[in-house]
Amino acid sequence: MSERKDFVASFDSDSRKTAVRVAFVTRRKSPHVKVHDDDYVMTFPEALFRGAVAVEILALLLVLLSLFWNAPLEKLADPLETPNPAKAPWYFLGLQELLHYFPPVVAGVLIPTLVLIALIVIPYFKINVQAEGLWTRNRSARLRILALTVALFAVFLIAFNVYAVLIPTLLMAGFMFFAATNRAASGRFHRWLASKPLSFWIMSWFLIQAAVLTLIGTFFRGPGWSLVMPWSGDI
Amino acid sequence: MADTLETQLPRGRGGRVWQSIFRSGLGDTNLRRALAIQQNLFLHLASVKVRKRSLSFRVTWFLGTLSLGTFAILVVTGVPLMLYYHPSVPQAYSDMNDLRFVVSAGLFLRNLHRWSAHSMVLLVFAHMFKVFYRGAYRPPREFNWVIGVVLLLLTLFLSYTGYLLPWDQLAFWAITVGSNLISAMPIVGARIRFLILGGNGVNANALLRFYVLHCVILPLAAVAFVAIHFWRIRKDGGLYHGGSERHE
Repeated sequence: MSERKDFVASFDSDSRKTAVRVAFVTRRKSPHVKVHDDDYVMTFPEALFRGAVAVEILALLLVLLSLFWNAPLEKLADPLETPNPAKAPWYFLGLQELLHYFPPVVAGVLIPTLVLIALIVIPYFKINVQAEGLWTRNRSARLRILALTVALFAVFLIAFNVYAVLIPTLLMAGFMFFAATNRAASGRFHRWLASKPLSFWIMSWFLIQAAVLTLIGTFFRGPGWSLVMPWSGDI
Repeated sequence: MADTLETQLPRGRGGRVWQSIFRSGLGDTNLRRALAIQQNLFLHLASVKVRKRSLSFRVTWFLGTLSLGTFAILVVTGVPLMLYYHPSVPQAYSDMNDLRFVVSAGLFLRNLHRWSAHSMVLLVFAHMFKVFYRGAYRPPREFNWVIGVVLLLLTLFLSYTGYLLPWDQLAFWAITVGSNLISAMPIVGARIRFLILGGNGVNANALLRFYVLHCVILPLAAVAFVAIHFWRIRKDGGLYHGGSERHE
């Protein structure tokens, strides 16, 4: 206990400056932190029963839906008569919407492949595993990177007239900048946004983007892939 | 005779026949409840106990369970539909009309199958986003996330191959639009498209291939991956529950 210390303990309450906190563990003490024990229940019947009820409710809803709403059936397939517009199943309409802006090799191959790879590698990158808020450190550098990225991406999107991607992107960037603002008395929403890591922002941007593109492709596209209102004529 | 029947016949749950099937007996003690899970081929994929916290609705929204539920509905409605369906042109389309006007409850069967299919795609997507936002993909669960991505793809392929089977205008042109995208792939695109469609366009060969994929290959693959997916939940430490496990 009498060895000379070769370090100096300092105290700092600014969490941005002191990134790492050191815990001093004296002898005979364990660094183990006692967390409260989890309550366990038996899978049978607790979990199985709940699952069964959930599935039964869903089945009931689907049965009701099927009783009152018929599955579409058009006339016999005719390779000589192309419907206008010819649409893919709804979950591919986001891609079909992108096909309207970009060449097929980009919209049909490159983007889906990149999305797929990105989804698979999510848990293997430290950036996605960290749960630290994006703006908690290197704030000014990160702000610059974000501004540059958004600006370049916006120029690219404007060049291709892809406003369906541009507007959600700018909206998302707006929220990110809002989260980065340093406010003394911030509201709950601001604090919630400020605590979000980069992976949250990327995934949310992807989710909103996919939803917007799919909705446009499903409801707002008519003959010749022109913009129409969903209530004007049949889709 | 009556006496023999009385002693030999099973007496419902807990009787001799019941116990020959379910050795754990009735779930009247925790040991027997544990055995009910552990000694069942299907249920043993799950763990015997679960954290109470991870059972509440707001943790998972039951999205994984509901995805499995829609898959079960799709199998149960899909097999009877196969009895009334011929994967040939143009018989496939007349079978659709038969389902509507001739087969008892045929229309209902097809409706339920189609709406469940759309629900499954939605639920699987929702499950993926929910898992992401909870951070449940983090180590040690990273490989189960990858299995989940495979299951998402299988779900999309299942839905996509089923889309062609009615052989109406909607089906034909949706598959034509989709398969044209494949040929945009450099170098191998046209060949892959030929492999999938069994020809240069959507024709009777494509219908047969999609039928086999939809009814045999993809469901079997899905069952296998679902089994791994569920088993990995147990192997990776149970349902993610946040809290003390957080990597913050």
